Amino acid sequence: MSVIRTSGGLSVAYRPRALLVGTGCALLALAVGVLSIGSGEYPMSPTAVVRALVGQGAAADTFVVEQLRLPRVVTALLVGAALGLAGAIFQSLVRNPLGSPDVLGFTQGAATGALTVIVLIGGGGAALAGGAVLGGVLTGALIYALAARQGAHGYPLILVGIGVAAILTGVNGYLLTRAQIPDAARAVLWLTGSLDGREWSDVVPLALALAVLVPVVLLGCARALRVLEMGDDAAHGLGVPVRRTRVTLLACAVLLAAFAAAAAGPVAFVALTAPRLARRLTGAPGPNLVPSLCMGAALMVSADWIAQRLFTGHQLPVGVVTGVLGGGYLVWLLATERKRGRI
Amino acid sequence: MAQTATRLNGSGLTLAYERRTIAEHLDVTVPDRSFTVIVGPNACGKSTLLRALSRTLKPSAGTVLLDGQDIHTVPARKVARTLGLLPQSSVAPDGITVSDLVARGRYPHQGLLRQWSKEDERTVTESMAATGIGELADRYVDELSGGQRQRVWIAMALAQQTPLLLLDEPTTYLDIAHQIDVLDLCAELHAEQGRTLVAVLHDLNQAARYATHLIAMRAGQVIAAGAPGDIVTAELVEEVFGVPCRVIDDPETGTPLVVPSAPRRSGARAEPAAAGR
Amino acid sequence: MSVTKSPQAAGGSTAPPSLGIRPPGRRAALRAAGLLGALLLLVVVLALSLALGARPLSLGQVWHGLFDSGDVVVHRMRLPRTALGLVVGAALGLAGGVMQALTRNPLADPGLLGINAGASAAVVSAISFLGLSSFIGYVWFAFLGAAVVSVLIYAVGGGRGATPARLALAGAAVNAMLYSYVSAVELLDTASLDKMRFWTVGSLAAAQPGTAQRLAPFVVVGALLALALARPLNALALGDDAARALGARPARVRAAAIVAVTALCGAATAACGPIVFVGLMVPHLVRSLTGPDLRWQLPYCALLAPALLLGSDVLGRILARPSELQVGIVTAVVGGPFFLYFVRRNRAVRA
Repeated sequence: MSVIRTSGGLSVAYRPRALLVGTGCALLALAVGVLSIGSGEYPMSPTAVVRALVGQGAAADTFVVEQLRLPRVVTALLVGAALGLAGAIFQSLVRNPLGSPDVLGFTQGAATGALTVIVLIGGGGAALAGGAVLGGVLTGALIYALAARQGAHGYPLILVGIGVAAILTGVNGYLLTRAQIPDAARAVLWLTGSLDGREWSDVVPLALALAVLVPVVLLGCARALRVLEMGDDAAHGLGVPVRRTRVTLLACAVLLAAFAAAAAGPVAFVALTAPRLARRLTGAPGPNLVPSLCMGAALMVSADWIAQRLFTGHQLPVGVVTGVLGGGYLVWLLATERKRGRI
Repeated sequence: MAQTATRLNGSGLTLAYERRTIAEHLDVTVPDRSFTVIVGPNACGKSTLLRALSRTLKPSAGTVLLDGQDIHTVPARKVARTLGLLPQSSVAPDGITVSDLVARGRYPHQGLLRQWSKEDERTVTESMAATGIGELADRYVDELSGGQRQRVWIAMALAQQTPLLLLDEPTTYLDIAHQIDVLDLCAELHAEQGRTLVAVLHDLNQAARYATHLIAMRAGQVIAAGAPGDIVTAELVEEVFGVPCRVIDDPETGTPLVVPSAPRRSGARAEPAAAGR
Repeated sequence: MSVTKSPQAAGGSTAPPSLGIRPPGRRAALRAAGLLGALLLLVVVLALSLALGARPLSLGQVWHGLFDSGDVVVHRMRLPRTALGLVVGAALGLAGGVMQALTRNPLADPGLLGINAGASAAVVSAISFLGLSSFIGYVWFAFLGAAVVSVLIYAVGGGRGATPARLALAGAAVNAMLYSYVSAVELLDTASLDKMRFWTVGSLAAAQPGTAQRLAPFVVVGALLALALARPLNALALGDDAARALGARPARVRAAAIVAVTALCGAATAACGPIVFVGLMVPHLVRSLTGPDLRWQLPYCALLAPALLLGSDVLGRILARPSELQVGIVTAVVGGPFFLYFVRRNRAVRA
């Protein structure tokens, strides 16, 4: 641990390796973002992209970058960041490396909200995003209400989440069978998670949510979350308001996951993998919030780049790539963590 | 009983988990600068009492006073600077080192812009030295033995730098050598640093040897409280634990030593009503 | 023979253990009567399933229809569907009972643990990539998928150090993974999407005359194997060492149990898609009736699970008339709250 101290008695502690990992992931995310902007039917060199981004490029370049490709990349970065942070919070709260919004049912709830809009109401993009956020938040409230008696953490929270997820999967399947074929295709595309055709209007709500939630989590609760990992009694003894901290963090994580789902659909496994990978790289105990956030952004933007480039002429939705890569990682995780008895 | 100086006491406490009531109308006083030990049979409510004293459990009636103020009205952070707790169940986060864990005891003294002061650093080093784990600083907590791990947790509670320290069964799961080790450490903290300690212990003889103030509980009631030499008698032990015995002087320390009677009558060890936790 | 109560054998139920001893005569009679009651219930549900639907029939009409091969409603629609529900329900109930015994885990359910999802992922791949459309082809791929997931889940979440919650969690994770895979495949192949979106929610509606008959051999083999395993699994409930002392061979019993579960789940899923919670609920209800003895439990499961499945199917037909709710949706929505209740009530589940 390293420290910066001022003469006035203020001090900030940090871990050099975690800082390095966070910065590395952030730079990687930006670099892949530039590559991703530069690729497509109208290819641009990275320098041209950067020039266009800082407002010194040719008019055509600037148009393509700012209006067509930048929104997609920014959405990818923000969704990844939100999912990485949400995943880190969940994994810390349930004390289990598999605790992620996909497994705990929040993602299914967001999907139910969005499917309701697509199938029953038939709204546009904004209504769909609103439905996803509302669905995610209501599911979060339901799961919390059901698990609250046991303190809303650890295995009780996981099991309640699994049960709710199973019910909602049934409901989602029902909604899908009720849809007309074009709606069904749109719904399945949404359910997979896709960044196709994202515009600035998709970016704004997510950006605002992150602008509020990230400071609340990082400045308001991060230190208390580290102490919570030592068990409720120990945290209590150290003066952490256990219940309030936990509720705040759960609410933030659910909102992050819901807004991410609203912007890109329920992209699988980023929330599960990003914190684990970040942690493996930093080697530090604790929730590793900032490295997870940066790692999430890097994973998401890379997955989207792969999804666009893998088959020429045929774009995959990003969720397929994260699903397949994340699934492989999950199997490996199940096998190795099992040996160490952590799952 | 004469009025003793106290910073921590509870009066008229009713303690309950959801609908199960553990204790009613409990009065308890922790004398200042004492090494208070709470003993009693399983499920008599001794750990519950400690949880109430540490503000972990809110009593359904009655108040716990810390320095004359209802402990539940004092801000959590302020309580944590006065009163430390070594809980029975604590979890060492994955892959944490000894010094990291001990450093977390400084939480109540830190803030967003005061994350790691020189005082924090000094206190953590001192706490590790006091518990004899200085050389283990960079080891992972998962790798340590049970006795070492318990020392690490005690060091964390010490780093909190509280004048009052509550320990919930600090010797459970330890072998006899490590039990003595931990209790000697507590006695040292009490004698040399002048802290007030409250511990829950299972072993009556260990309690009688180390405590300066003993609280004997049964079925949610305080049966006796006072210096071990004054209150530990064969009658009390029979009343509290249901074990017929003789009480002799400990040849090492002169404190009371409980020796169970030789031919044990069958059924004499019937557990008190609330047993079976 | 002495009787010792084992915590595992009790399995969270309140009934006294009866392992290794012949139950007193009255108890056996009671259980046999209960089995008869279960059979009666099943017959009633079968009749309802034949009678109710978009065009309700009276019981008399059903009776006549059964013997009149010209009756289209009964012979071409209701009968195949009911027969399929019977076979699939029995398969899921038995699979659930065997799994809960094998993993000593009250949360084990072929749907919840991802085994049905494994079968469905394999079938979806077969439909999409290999253009498969015959039922027998589905079955073999379903077996393959179910087998892979059973082994994976058992390797990860089973064995000695496993806790119920750990197993459920591993299953949920595998489910999430397969779910995203299935929707990805559906997405890449819109032509198959229409066929698959009904199949992947779990439905009996696709039943045609002959479906149940073609399914039956697989289920019968699996069911016989499961019933034969009742006694060794009873022994295994006492722990490996005690089981060995009683003459059972744990490794062999486990392998056989996985084969049985795979056959039952694979066949059921191939015919009607993944259905959750039937395999969870029925063994629980049964355990509270019979106690932990699998020799009674499994036959009860085989009778009550189809009753539940067909009951849900009938409910789905009535609730959404003139259209219908797929049975997989009804069981998820009915079974989910049961699961939540169980999780909240039962402390043994938490690890």
